[in-house]
Amino acid sequence: MAWLQLTDVAVALGARDVVRGVSAQLDQGELVVIVGPNGAGKTTLLRAIAGLVPPRTGTIRVLGHDPQRAPRRVIARELAYLPQHYELAFPFAVEEIVLLGRYARQHGVGLASQDDVAAAAAAMAACDVSHLAARRFDELSGGEARRVILAQALCQGARCLLLDEPTAGLDPAHARAIFALLRAQCDAGAAVIAVTHDLDLALRHAHAMWLVADGRLAARGTPAHVLAAAETRAAFGLAIHVGSLPSGAPFAVPA
Amino acid sequence: MSGFISGRGRRLTARRLVAVLTICAGATGIVAVLAPLFGVIVERGGAHLELMGPSAFAAGSTEHTILWVVRIPRMLAAMVVGAALSGAGCALQALLRNPLAEPFTLGISSGASLAAVLAIRFGLESAFGTAGVGGAALIGAAATLLAVWQLARIGNHLPPATLVLAGVTLSMFCSSASVLIQYTSDFVEVTHMLQWMLGGMETVRLATVGYAALPIGAALIVLLGYARELNALAAGPEVAASLGVAVGRTQTVIFGLASLLVGAAIAVAGPIGFIGLIVPHALRAVIGPDHRLLVPASMFGGAAVLALCDTLARTVVPLHHLPTGAVTAVLGVPFFVVILVGQKRRAVLWSHA
Repeated sequence: MAWLQLTDVAVALGARDVVRGVSAQLDQGELVVIVGPNGAGKTTLLRAIAGLVPPRTGTIRVLGHDPQRAPRRVIARELAYLPQHYELAFPFAVEEIVLLGRYARQHGVGLASQDDVAAAAAAMAACDVSHLAARRFDELSGGEARRVILAQALCQGARCLLLDEPTAGLDPAHARAIFALLRAQCDAGAAVIAVTHDLDLALRHAHAMWLVADGRLAARGTPAHVLAAAETRAAFGLAIHVGSLPSGAPFAVPA
Repeated sequence: MSGFISGRGRRLTARRLVAVLTICAGATGIVAVLAPLFGVIVERGGAHLELMGPSAFAAGSTEHTILWVVRIPRMLAAMVVGAALSGAGCALQALLRNPLAEPFTLGISSGASLAAVLAIRFGLESAFGTAGVGGAALIGAAATLLAVWQLARIGNHLPPATLVLAGVTLSMFCSSASVLIQYTSDFVEVTHMLQWMLGGMETVRLATVGYAALPIGAALIVLLGYARELNALAAGPEVAASLGVAVGRTQTVIFGLASLLVGAAIAVAGPIGFIGLIVPHALRAVIGPDHRLLVPASMFGGAAVLALCDTLARTVVPLHHLPTGAVTAVLGVPFFVVILVGQKRRAVLWSHA
């Protein structure tokens, strides 16, 4: 059975259907990227999968759970969600923020166990923020803050990751490292859906690409296939040129 | 950042938790012992300040009577009320992610005051005594809270900004309505209304403290259990939900607890301002934002600070009991300004770094 199953999902924000007729599935080990123009419904689709907004019609199943009905704590152990915007009311230290990811696995006072501390250390190392562990959140740069929040999501220890623009605001080296990390997570048995505008990195690391245009799943397949598709050209209003470097590595640029 | 001032946080360890709570409990204990012993003694030569000695504990002495009949009930009332207001303020600030959130800005205090004014105007005080006014205040607090809740709620969500807006609006309405009612009241009633609205522990009996301590104590204990949820909510309801928090239920429970705490506190002592706002902010600036420390510290801090302020209220001007609510504000504001300026200086340093 697929880890993530969407059947004819429509999501309304107000009176308007922002997502319509989406049926798709995600299997263990898969890294799927969602691409599409601004306002196409990518974030709303991701939020619906995470159970943060109810679908108007259709069904969503995450590892067999209905994210609207299952207890949040149960969902959180299976599924981590990285929002596009993250604003923290209090300047917790970086390590505290990452440890908040363990909420669903802690009880009582929730003092960090050795497992919790180890999970936080591993997540911080993976996102290259170990050196910031004691820093206050409000003293971080935008890209550093982004990596800290990603570390919080990883620290959750969930098998499914839903990431809304994980590389937004990151420098090229860190952006590439994050995609390599996501791919490694999938190779180790996780499943990841990432919304991104980093077409080049998506092309190199993702197994599959979903094009969301005007609320619909307009195209899907391998990244090379979707980037070259007529639907993609129509959605963005420009063609994406896919080529390969002398080394053989593929690249994608707007033509 | 959203305007909170805060000290540096770090990973909470059992040692730090025990250390901070021991200090808080110790300080509160010292206040609890010393505050009732300190007071104005009237003798033939006039009135002077005095710290009672061991004789205060000898049964039958005048001092013993003053201690047990007057001062200890008053100190206990201040502590119960202070803990309730400060604990509720701390929880509301985190729940709504708004540094201005507290019983007053959310309209709970004004609603309770309006109910108390109505109760005095329509003779509930003469019929049922202070219990009538206190009961009315409790109902007023709950009613305002429900109204604010309904005004601000959008579906199952409770947008913090809307909630504070609704609270401030209702607060204005209730204050103005209270003023209008005062205009239709006679002199004695108005005097009682004003006395009540100034807030104070002067007339509180030991039995009243007992009745209030039960629900307040229970609510504070439940609130302590929600400290981790408050931490997660610092990142907003959506992130908290994806971390595993049942956000809707948590909001409802904490809001209900806060209104119970504030309603009960106001029923005992009238509207006492500033404790719910300033104590959590001051403590957050010192011990950082982790609510597993901050919520209990705020409870202890509120108890100690209000007991101290009440001691000052009855001793600064001999033979005149100043309104405790006024003392809290007059002492609290300068203290708060010092914290604010300190944090501002730090912020300026960063921006030049």
